Amino acid sequence: MVFAAVLAGGIGSRMGNIDTPKQYLELGGKPVIVHTVEKLFVNDRIDEIIVLCPKSWVAHTKALVEANLPAGKKVSVIEGGETRNGTLENAIKFIEQNYDVDDDTVILTHDAVRPFLTHRIIGDNIDAALEYGAADTVIPATDTIVESGDGKIISSIPNRNSMYQGQTPQTFRLKLLEQVLGELTEEEKGTLTDACKIFTIKNRPVYMVEGELFNIKITYPYDMKVAATLLKGKDSDD
Amino acid sequence: MINQVYRLTSPGVIDVACTTPDITGSVLLRPLYMSICKADQRYYQGNRSKQALKSKLPMALIHECVAKVEFDPTGTFKPGEIVVPVPNTPTEDDDVIAENYRLSSYFCSSGHDGFLRDYVDISPDRLVRVPENTDLKIAAFAELISVAVHAVSRFDAFSHSRRDVIGVWGDGNVGFITSLVLKMLYPQSKVYVFGTVYQKLSCFSFADGTFHVDRVPDDLYIDHAFECVGGEASRYAISQIIDRISPEGSIGLMGVSESPVSINTRMVLEKGLRLYGSSRSGVKDFEKTMEILSQNPQAINYLETLVGDVVTVRTVADIHKAFASDISRSFGKTIIKWEK
Repeated sequence: MVFAAVLAGGIGSRMGNIDTPKQYLELGGKPVIVHTVEKLFVNDRIDEIIVLCPKSWVAHTKALVEANLPAGKKVSVIEGGETRNGTLENAIKFIEQNYDVDDDTVILTHDAVRPFLTHRIIGDNIDAALEYGAADTVIPATDTIVESGDGKIISSIPNRNSMYQGQTPQTFRLKLLEQVLGELTEEEKGTLTDACKIFTIKNRPVYMVEGELFNIKITYPYDMKVAATLLKGKDSDD
Repeated sequence: MINQVYRLTSPGVIDVACTTPDITGSVLLRPLYMSICKADQRYYQGNRSKQALKSKLPMALIHECVAKVEFDPTGTFKPGEIVVPVPNTPTEDDDVIAENYRLSSYFCSSGHDGFLRDYVDISPDRLVRVPENTDLKIAAFAELISVAVHAVSRFDAFSHSRRDVIGVWGDGNVGFITSLVLKMLYPQSKVYVFGTVYQKLSCFSFADGTFHVDRVPDDLYIDHAFECVGGEASRYAISQIIDRISPEGSIGLMGVSESPVSINTRMVLEKGLRLYGSSRSGVKDFEKTMEILSQNPQAINYLETLVGDVVTVRTVADIHKAFASDISRSFGKTIIKWEK
C-alpha cells in the first residue's frame, strides 16, 4: 500500500502577523491544504491519506476534508507531533495501528503548503522509494550557495553544479523509515529535522527525484502572491 | 486541486499555467500518449492570422490523445481504464445538426485548452473506451481516424449507390487514413489514391492503385472522391476531381485552407455533382473508430506505419523538441509520450 502523509504541523510564524496557519489560507477559493490533499486524493497509486496538523486545528481540518472531497478514498486527520520527526512517528504509528504493513508499504510525506505538486513527481517518488528505499524531491540550485559557520564570514562556497534545493515529497519504504528513525538518539532527534538527511547520515541511499520550479513552499506572504499569480496563469515559466 | 496546464502563449513559447478543476463532477484523465496535428503545428509556428492568434492564445495545444482514467467521482469508469477523450464538446442538444457542426460547440486546442495538461478534467460522456491490447501509440491519433470515419459516414449518407471506384486526393496522413477506412468499410470498391510524392504514395500498399496527379491515365474515371489536400493546392485537387468524376458523383472536402478556393461550378452543375464538407468528429465517430480498430487487425498494421518519432516529454523543452521533430516530418505522426 502507498500512504500519503500530509504534514500540516507548522503554525506559520514566518507569515507576518497572520494568525491563521499558512496551510489554511485561501488560494484560488480554497484553503491551500485542500488543494494539496486533493492532488494526492485523485492519484490512483495512493491508497490512503493521513493529514497531520496541530491539535487545535484537527476539527477544522476534518471539516474541510468533508466539505471538499468526494467519496472514494479514506482521508484521516490526526494530530502531528512537536517536531517534524515526531509528526512522522505519529504517521507511522497511526498506519501500523490501523493497517497491515509489509516491506513494500510506502509512505509519501508532503508539505501541506506545497499545493503545486504534479502527477509525475508523485509517481517518480513512489517508484524511487520502492527501488532505493528513500526518495527526495529536488531541483538544481540556481543561486550560489554560501556556507558560514558564524553567520558573518563565509567558510566555504560549494560548487553550484552539485548543489540542489530540497522540496517535497520525501518518500520512504515505511519499515525502513521506522528503523532509521529508531536509530536516532534523543539529541539527534532534536537536531536532525529532515528525514532524508537522517537517511544520508545513516549511510542509506536517497534517490533524487526531479522537482519543479513551481512546486513552491508557501512560507512567506510573498510566496502567496507568487502562488496566486501561478493560478491566474500569468507570467509563469518552467 | 491545482492542475498544471502547458499553454502556448505566443508562437513557439509554452508556459505553465495553473487551473483549479472541480474534482467532484469531472473525470480526471492522465494523458499517456498524444499526437501532434497540423492545426497544432500551425498555432505553434504562428501560421494563423494575427486575429486568430490573438483571440485563441494562450491555450494548451493537442487534441489527439489516449489517456488513463485517474479518478472518476461519477463512477462511470474505473481508475486505470484506457480511454480516448473526444475534443469536441457540445453545449446544447440538437436532433438535426451533428455535435461537431453546432456553432455553440467548443473544441479543445481551438480556443479552449487542449490536452497538454497534468490531468484532463472532462465529462464522462466525452470518453470512449479503447479496446484491450490496442497499441496506445495508434490510439493516440484515434481522433484523426475518427475524422476520417466521420467523413466516410457522410459519404455513405450523401452518395449514390454506384461505388465501384472511389478516388482519394492527398498523399498525407488524412489521405492515408481516409483511404484505409474506405478500404476497410467498402472492400468491394476500388480505392485509388492521387498524390504528388512517389515516396509517400508507395506507402499506400492497401490501395487498389496510386497515381501521381501529373500522370493519371486518360481513361480513368471515378464514381466519388475525397479531397484531403488542403491549403493552396486544394484548388488544383478539386479541379482535377471535377474533371475525373463521373456524373452525379459526390466530393467530400476535408482539406483545410486559410484562403478561399475557386471551384469550376460550371462542371459541378453540368455533371450534377454533390460537394459536402466534413470536419472534426463526434462521440459516435469515435465509437465506430474503436469498432473498426478492434475488428480489423490488418488496419492496425497499416496504421503502425504512420507512427513516426515518439518523443518522451518530461520538460517543457521536450515539448519544443516534439514540435521541432514534427515540422521536419512530411509523412506520419509525431507521438508524444507524456511523462511531464
